[in-house]
Amino acid sequence: MDLFLTIITAATPLLLAAIGELVVERSGVLNLGVEGMMVMGAVCGFGAAFLTGNPWVGVLASIIAGAAMSLLFGFLTLTLLANQVATGLALTLLGIGLSGLIGESFVGQPGVKLPVVAGIDPLIPFSVILTAGVSYVLFRTRSGLIIRAVGNSHSAAHALGYNVIAVRYLCVMFGGACAGLAGGYLSIVYTPQWVENMTAGKGWIALALVVFASWLPWRAAIGAYLFGAISILSFVVQTYGLGIPSQFLNSLPYLVTILALVLISGNRALSKRNTPACLGQPFVPDR
Amino acid sequence: MRLVLEKRPEASAAMAIASPLIALALTVVTGGIIFALRGNNPVDAIYVYFIEPWVALWSVEQIIVKAAPLVLIGAGLSVCYLANVWNIGAEGQFTMGAVLGGAIPVLFPEWQSPLTLITMLALGIIGGMAWGAIPALLRNRFNANEILTSLMLVYVAQLFLDWLVRGPWRDPMGFNFPKSITFSNWQLLPYLTSGIHLGVIFAIIAAVALALLLGRTMKGFEIRVAGQSPRAARFAGFSQKWTVLFCFLLSGGLAGLAGVSEIASVVGQLQPQISPGYGFAAIIVAFLGRLNPIGVILAGVLLALSYIGGEAAQISLGVSEKIARVFQGVLLFYILACDTLILYRIRWQQRLPSAQGA
Amino acid sequence: MRKFLMTAAAAALALGAASASAEAAMDKVKACWTYIGPIGDFGWSYQHHQGLEAVKKEFGDKVETVYVENVLEADSEKTFERLAREGCNLIFGTSFGYMEPMLKVAAKFPDVKFEHATGYKTAPNLGTYNAKFHEGRYVIGQIAAKVSKTGKAGYIVSVPIPEVISGINAFMLGAQSVNPDFKVEIIWINSWFDPGKEADAAKVLLSKGADIMVQHTDSTAPLQEAEKVGAQGFGQASDMIKFAPKAQLTAIVDDWAPHYIKSVKAVMDGTWTSGQYWGGMNDGEVAMAAYTNMPEDVAKMATETAEAIKTGKLHPFTGPITRQDGTVVGEAGKPLSDGDILGMNWYVKGIDDKLPQ
Repeated sequence: MDLFLTIITAATPLLLAAIGELVVERSGVLNLGVEGMMVMGAVCGFGAAFLTGNPWVGVLASIIAGAAMSLLFGFLTLTLLANQVATGLALTLLGIGLSGLIGESFVGQPGVKLPVVAGIDPLIPFSVILTAGVSYVLFRTRSGLIIRAVGNSHSAAHALGYNVIAVRYLCVMFGGACAGLAGGYLSIVYTPQWVENMTAGKGWIALALVVFASWLPWRAAIGAYLFGAISILSFVVQTYGLGIPSQFLNSLPYLVTILALVLISGNRALSKRNTPACLGQPFVPDR
Repeated sequence: MRLVLEKRPEASAAMAIASPLIALALTVVTGGIIFALRGNNPVDAIYVYFIEPWVALWSVEQIIVKAAPLVLIGAGLSVCYLANVWNIGAEGQFTMGAVLGGAIPVLFPEWQSPLTLITMLALGIIGGMAWGAIPALLRNRFNANEILTSLMLVYVAQLFLDWLVRGPWRDPMGFNFPKSITFSNWQLLPYLTSGIHLGVIFAIIAAVALALLLGRTMKGFEIRVAGQSPRAARFAGFSQKWTVLFCFLLSGGLAGLAGVSEIASVVGQLQPQISPGYGFAAIIVAFLGRLNPIGVILAGVLLALSYIGGEAAQISLGVSEKIARVFQGVLLFYILACDTLILYRIRWQQRLPSAQGA
Repeated sequence: MRKFLMTAAAAALALGAASASAEAAMDKVKACWTYIGPIGDFGWSYQHHQGLEAVKKEFGDKVETVYVENVLEADSEKTFERLAREGCNLIFGTSFGYMEPMLKVAAKFPDVKFEHATGYKTAPNLGTYNAKFHEGRYVIGQIAAKVSKTGKAGYIVSVPIPEVISGINAFMLGAQSVNPDFKVEIIWINSWFDPGKEADAAKVLLSKGADIMVQHTDSTAPLQEAEKVGAQGFGQASDMIKFAPKAQLTAIVDDWAPHYIKSVKAVMDGTWTSGQYWGGMNDGEVAMAAYTNMPEDVAKMATETAEAIKTGKLHPFTGPITRQDGTVVGEAGKPLSDGDILGMNWYVKGIDDKLPQ
């Protein structure tokens, strides 16, 4: 049971970030800056919680920080039509550097934790509700239809009178907020402290999970829990002293991700049905 | 009032040159503000950062040596990105180049001849190409996103090197510390001056060769068409799969060469950590150089300067080293933003009542 | 800029006159540190930085201190060269991986003194220094065996180098001196500092029945996990009681200040010589944080053990020691040699883990 909870906890930040990015990509935008938004969420969340003594303020701050970072991304890619891949990478670089600078005075300070009941913190059920909510909105509501339309054919959506850029801005900000929250989860719940670069590549895993999930929210949840399980189980295996090199066990999560990508993407029918057709393409309204 | 972009009839040549300069100027101004906010005199700080490293010869050599791997990798990556092939795992290809090239001195420590070095360099290139071929093949065969696979392979390569130097390739006389034997004589690159090694020449040759490839050859044309208009490329009969593989082999090979050059010069042995993130920094270099191999040389030097200047500022002013990383991020942002000026004209426009979206 | 040009000129002059200048006393020493991590790691680099602060406090105006953080091993040579050229008289490198770069730069700047932490190669102007962390590990092993109810400790380790392995062995020998059947479960995370991974590893160990958390990694995460579930553990490198007021039993504190003060003083007096310094509890380099959250008799035992180690009455590695493979090393009643400990690559009997080879 303990082990099960450990896996769930390890998966929750991945799930939060992945769900956000999933919505972004459904709207046809590829934001590779998840790691940068996440790490900014972590530092701002920790800082706000530490300075006010209230973890909920920290949670809010992490959401705002992530959204603010994504707005920067949105301005460059949606308004100035910069390349999305490069901008996303820039966002990650900036986030890692800036968070280190902001967090300098927070290092070595014990953090403020969210209340935990029976090993379950409030963000675990929230992440599940979020998954359900996103799934509902995307596939059962008009707003979801618009988002998917914008992602599948921005010209058609534009012709129907939808404001493609505005929809994408909103989705990008939702993704940023989720990534920020995922970062806050790390610094307020998971290991309540601020350490430079504490996201340690989790943002990239979240990106991989979106592809793994073939853009379906529930599959993202399954992927996140699976990934959490593999990382935890590689430690469990170690405790049995079998002499398997720990480097091999530690690289398993990455190898499994590659394998999963291959299996999912290799199934063309499956990936074609759900891949947003306009993913990564800038939208220029011609008049 | 709203911001509108108006497409220029053709790309502005003046802006193509001006945009990186505007971006650089904006970065310096932003940097000055950051310094001022942190209580440093911005003029002093910017001086120490950007000018002082050029004052002494040894410091200039440090910049050049630091720029070499960035240029080698960045030049290859710019070809990839031009073709819309997203290799962001150069760090892993760098590592595997170092591993394969480093196998020679580790496994045959006695072998000393000019051939030793040539074999090492060749194996380094092969190692990088092989590691780069994996994401290319996975994309071509299984449609797997190369951004993610190439990145995941970085971690795998680093853990593999870690295992090697802690286990089979550990220096038997090294008190079980995780490092290989130190390389010697023909296992090291020759130095041209006291500070500059042959790797610098590799970088220049690679950049010039790629500039010629892109500008003067059919392959270069193919690559640019593949990037700008995949449909047109298909009509012209260019194989997209071959372009993907070609780009990955090229950039992987160059990253591998950079890797083996680093361990055969600056590092001098294999150890768990052989790169301060050159593979990732080279992504900035590629964009900063406007995906032009010659531009990449300038960009590599500029980025190297940001590292060296960052260290100088830390030593003489006590400025935090994180500033260097913020600089790099900010610079890349401005570059990307200013690039818009090449293709578009920016205008403020009164919102028209009729042009309403949903 | 003037300062820069002048120091460059001075360095050139100094190079020319290298052999002529005798060791003279100095009025003011410029002492420079390089750290492998951020000083905010609250572990290894942080403790070295505390040493820098102690030097500042001790010498005031007579010393100028400089530090560079996050110096990656792969390209540290240029950092050491810059420090030497910028007029540092004494340069400390605080990570094992700086060994070859420091050797190269030391050969280039014979007038600058270099000190390398945890290395083993020396030069006329390059000495090494290290701390006998295993002495502290023996003490916490005894405490663990006394306090544990399950008779099992979870041990999170970074990388299999001799310092870490001799630490595990000393811990186990200490524990076995109290409870011969004491068990330890080990997880290698291949990193010195990764709070997320450390927390995951701690959770796994705690869920498998360990009630004592031991770490040879630098973040506070494992101790915080122990605190969450009511287990106990030990701080690493610095006193982490702030992070785990109920869980921390004690901490092995690296106190580099005495050594740094001594070295700076030696350079100031012109008496610095190269050598290999390996300080322990007796020199104040390895210190135990306050014994907290444990019964009085356990604290008393720990104090006595630490005292015996200080006075030399007790040596953690006193022969004969049975290794994991059953072979016996060391003569009865005699401690292992320093070389044996500094190059240790085997486990003592009773550890179930297989040593990564």
